[in-house]
Amino acid sequence: MIDELFAQLRYRFGALWRKPRIDLPLFGALLALMAVGLITLYSAGDLDRGIVASQAMRFALGLTLMFVIARVPPQALRNWTPWLYAGSVAVLLVVAVLGEGRGAHRWLDLGFVRFQPSEMLKLTMPMMVAWYLHGRPLPPNWSTLFAVGLLIAVPAGLVAKQPDLGTALLIAASGAFGVFLAGLAWWRIGVLVGTAAAVVPVAWHFLHDYQRNRVLTLLDPEADPLGNGWHIIQSKIAVGSGGMWGRGWHQGTQSRLEFLPEHTTDFIFSVFAEEWGLVGVLLLLALYVFIIARCLWIAAEARDTYSRLLAGAISMSLFVYVVVNGGMITGVLPVVGVPLPLISYGGTSAVSLLAGFGVLMSIHAHRRTPAG
Amino acid sequence: MRSAFKPIKENRHEYALFRRRALAGFLIIVVCLAALATRFHYLQVVRHDVFSARSDANRILTRPLAPARGLIYDRNGVLLAENVAAFRLEVTPEQAGKLDDLFARLGRIVPISEDDIARFNVLRKGKRSYQGVPLRLKLSEEEIARFSINRWAFPGVDVVPYLTRSYPLGAEFAHTVGYVGRIDNDDLARLDKDAYAGTTHVGKTGIERFYEERLHGEPGYEKIEVNADHRPIGEPLARVAPKPGENLHLTIDSDLQQVAEAAFGGRAGAAVAIDPRNGEILAMVGVPSYDPNLFVNGISKADYAALLETPHKPLLNRLLRGTYTPGSTMKPFVALAGLELGLRKPGDTVLSTGEFFIPGQSRAYRDDVRGGFGRVDLQQAIARSVNTYFYSLALDMGIDRFSAALGKFGFGKPTGIDLVGEGSGVLPSREWKRTRYKQPWFPGETVIAGIGQGYWVVTPLQLASALATLANRGVPTVPHLLRAVQTGIERPVELIGKAPPQASIIEKPANWEAVQQGMVGVVAAGTARGLGNDFPYVIAGKTGTAERYSRNDETWTSISASPIERHQVLFECFTPADDPRIAVVVALEAGRSGASDAAPIARKILDAWLPGDLERQASRPAVAGVAGGEP
Repeated sequence: MIDELFAQLRYRFGALWRKPRIDLPLFGALLALMAVGLITLYSAGDLDRGIVASQAMRFALGLTLMFVIARVPPQALRNWTPWLYAGSVAVLLVVAVLGEGRGAHRWLDLGFVRFQPSEMLKLTMPMMVAWYLHGRPLPPNWSTLFAVGLLIAVPAGLVAKQPDLGTALLIAASGAFGVFLAGLAWWRIGVLVGTAAAVVPVAWHFLHDYQRNRVLTLLDPEADPLGNGWHIIQSKIAVGSGGMWGRGWHQGTQSRLEFLPEHTTDFIFSVFAEEWGLVGVLLLLALYVFIIARCLWIAAEARDTYSRLLAGAISMSLFVYVVVNGGMITGVLPVVGVPLPLISYGGTSAVSLLAGFGVLMSIHAHRRTPAG
Repeated sequence: MRSAFKPIKENRHEYALFRRRALAGFLIIVVCLAALATRFHYLQVVRHDVFSARSDANRILTRPLAPARGLIYDRNGVLLAENVAAFRLEVTPEQAGKLDDLFARLGRIVPISEDDIARFNVLRKGKRSYQGVPLRLKLSEEEIARFSINRWAFPGVDVVPYLTRSYPLGAEFAHTVGYVGRIDNDDLARLDKDAYAGTTHVGKTGIERFYEERLHGEPGYEKIEVNADHRPIGEPLARVAPKPGENLHLTIDSDLQQVAEAAFGGRAGAAVAIDPRNGEILAMVGVPSYDPNLFVNGISKADYAALLETPHKPLLNRLLRGTYTPGSTMKPFVALAGLELGLRKPGDTVLSTGEFFIPGQSRAYRDDVRGGFGRVDLQQAIARSVNTYFYSLALDMGIDRFSAALGKFGFGKPTGIDLVGEGSGVLPSREWKRTRYKQPWFPGETVIAGIGQGYWVVTPLQLASALATLANRGVPTVPHLLRAVQTGIERPVELIGKAPPQASIIEKPANWEAVQQGMVGVVAAGTARGLGNDFPYVIAGKTGTAERYSRNDETWTSISASPIERHQVLFECFTPADDPRIAVVVALEAGRSGASDAAPIARKILDAWLPGDLERQASRPAVAGVAGGEP
C-alpha cells in the first residue's frame, strides 16, 4: 500500500521532471520578470541580500507549485473548485474572527506559516465564477448574473471588511472578468456600470476615514505633504526624477535615502522608474503586455468554457494589478495596497500569482484533451 | 438572448463569443497600459526638471558654517576678546532616556543648575531628537575627568569641545569692548538671516556691537546628503569655508586702562584719556564694572540679581550715559568764548567780592571764598576758579551766544564715538528749555550756566572730547576706539583711515594761549597746585566741584553731615601744555573737591602714560623737543 503510494509519487514527480508540461514562451517571460524583480529588490532593499534570498525562496516555492498545478488536468481543477472556493471563504471567516495584522484583520498565523487568506481568493474566485458559468447557458442572463454577483459579493465584502479595499476590488474584478468574458451583453454591462456609479456616493459614506483620505489626497496631495500626501508626492518625485534613461541601478536617492515609503513592496515600481527611467518602464510594461497576451492566447486555445473563462480572468486580473499599481505610483489612482506582480517583495502574492500561472500552464498543456 | 428558451449550451457559439470578448479585453488592456505609459512620459520627460529639482531639494541639505569671530586687541597687541576652546556636556535626547531622571543622576557627578536646565530646554526646541543639545558649559578639567569615569552610565551624554568668546581682562573692558550674547528674537529681526544662519552669538554692547559687521566675517556652507529623517549620510558633497571676521586693534592701552581703574580704588566714577591730536581714546574706564564673561552664554538669575543689587549700578555705562554736572571744568571753555566774542581781553579784570548780583535783583551768586578774591584777570580767574568773573562774563554774553559758542565744542550732542548708546548731555539754551520745560529763559540761569551749574549735563566722554578739541588748539577730532584692522591672521595690520582734518574753531591763537596759561596756573599755583610736582611736562588743568543737590533739596540737609557725599568732583587736564599729547578727564560721583579727589587719579594716569611717551619722543628725531619745565 505504502509502496504503491511511493511508486505513484515517484511516477508523478518523475513525470514532472521528464515532461514538465509548461509553455516555454510564458515561462521565459515569467523568469525574466522575476529576474527584474530580484534585481530591483536588491537595489530597493539597499543591497540587503537577505531580502533577495527570501524573495528567491518564495519564487522557488511558487514555481514548484506552478509545476505541480500544471500537471493537474483542468478537469480535476473544475471538480475541486466548489470545495476550494468554500474552503477559502471559510478561512476568510476564521480570519475575520481570529486574525491578526497591522491594525487590520488580514493575516492568519498557522504557527509555521503566516499568510493572507484573501490572496487565495484571487485564484479561487475566478475558478468559482468559471465553474458556475460553465454550467449555465451563455451569454449570462439576469438570474445567472445575480447568482454570480452573490458569489463575488460575499468574499469581496469580507475582505473589504478587514479592511482591505484594494484586495477586495481585485477579487471582485477577477470574478467580474469571468462574467465579461462569458459574453455578458454590453447593454447589461452598461446598466451595471450605471448602477455602480449611482451607488458610489452611498459607498463613500461607508468608507473608513483613511480610505477617504487616500482618495482626497489623490485629488490634492500637496494639501498635506508630510502626512497623507507624502506617499504620492515622494513617489511622483522618484518617478519624475528618473527621466528618460533613469539614474542607474542603486542610484535612486528617493529610495536609498528612505524618502519613498514602502519602497520594497507597494512602491517598488517607483524605485524601478527612478533607476531605469521611461525606457525601463516601457520595456517592463511591454513584458507585462507580452505575458497577458500570451495568457489570453492560451485562454482562447482552451477546450471548454471553464478553462477559457478561468484562463481569461486570470490574465485580465494580472493587467489590473499592473494598471492599479502603476496608477498609484504615478498619482492617478488612490493609494491601495496592490503589489506589482512578481516585482514587489511579498510572499503570498508571488506564490498565488505563480499558482495562477500554474493553472494557465495546465490549461495550455491539456488543450488537446477532450473536455469532459 | 432569450436564454430561457435556450437551456442547452452551445459550445461553438460560446467559443466565438469568448474570442470576441478576449480580443475586446485585450484592446482595453492595451489602451489602459498606453494611458499609463503616457502618464509615465508626462512625469519622466515633460516634468522631469521639476521632479529632479524636488528630489535634490529632498536630499541635499545646505548647512551653514559659522565664521570664527574676529579677535580684539589693545594698541599694544594685548588680547581683549578671544575665542577659546572649552568643553561642554551635550545630551542627545533620542538616546538619553528620561531627562528628569538623567539630570538628577548627572547632577551628582557634575553640578547642573536650574539655569542650565532652563537653557537646555530653550536650545532643545529648534533641534531634532538625534542632535546634541548643550547642557553644561565650561566644564573644568576635574569635571571632565569625573564624568569620563562614569560615562558608561550615561548613554547619549557626551563631552564636546566648542569655541566660546572670552574676555581675559574681564570687568576692565566691559564698558568699552562690551560682550557678545546668544542671538535673540530682537537680533533676528535686525540681522541678515543668511549671514547669521550658522552663528549663535552676536555683539550686544560696546565694540562687539558697533563693529559687528567687521567682527562677524562671512559664513561658509557645506552641502550634505541627508535621508528622510534629515540624518546626514556620508561625506559632504561640497564645502565652502567660512571667512573669519576681522581682528580689531583698539586705540586703548590696556596698561593705562588698568592703572586708571585701580586709581579709583572702587569709588564710583569714570575716566577718559584721549590723544587730542587725533581723537584716539587711550583709556576709558567706568567704575564699578562687571564681568562681561557672565553674559556670553546667558547670565544666571543669581548673578544678574547680584549685579542689580551691587551699589552704584555696575551695569550703567557712565562713560556714555553718565550724567555729570561739569561745574568749574566748564570755565576754560566759557573764558575762551568770552575772548573770541571780544567781550573780554585777557588783561581785563573783574572785582570779586564774594557775592555777585544781577543788576536790579537781590539774589546773591557766591564765590567759593567768603569775601571774594579781589580784582582778578582771566588767568587768575581760571587758576583760582573765581565764580564772579564767569557770572559777569556769562551775563554779558547772554544765553544765545553762550550756547552757540559752547556748542562748537560738542556739548549737548553725542560725540560720535564708535560705541552704541551714547547720551547727549544737556547744553543749556533757550531752545532746550523751551522744548524741555515749555518755559522762557531767565537771566539767573545764564549766570549759573557760566560756572557749569544749572541745567548743564555732560558725559565724561563729552567733556573729554571737548577738552581734546581745546587742547588741540580748537581743531576738533572725533573720539574713537578703532585704530587698525587685520583681515586675516597672515594679513598685515592696516590702520584705519583718519577723518580729514577740520578747521580750528578758535579764530585767534592768542586767545588759546591766554586760556592755556590760566589752566597751567591751576596746576602751578591754583586750585590743583602741587599736582605737577616731579612731572617733566607742564600740565594744564582745571578742577570742578559741582553740587550734587540743590541747597534747598531735602537730600542736601540729610547728608550734610558727610561733605564727601555732597559733591560730584571732576578734573580735566592735558599735557604737555604747549604740545598736548594726552587729555584726561576724571569724574567722581562723590568727593570733597576736584583737586583733592579727582586730580590725583588723573596724575596717576599721566604717570602711567609718561614712560611710553618719553620713549616715543626719543625715537622721533626732529621734533619740537620735550617741553620741559618745573611745575
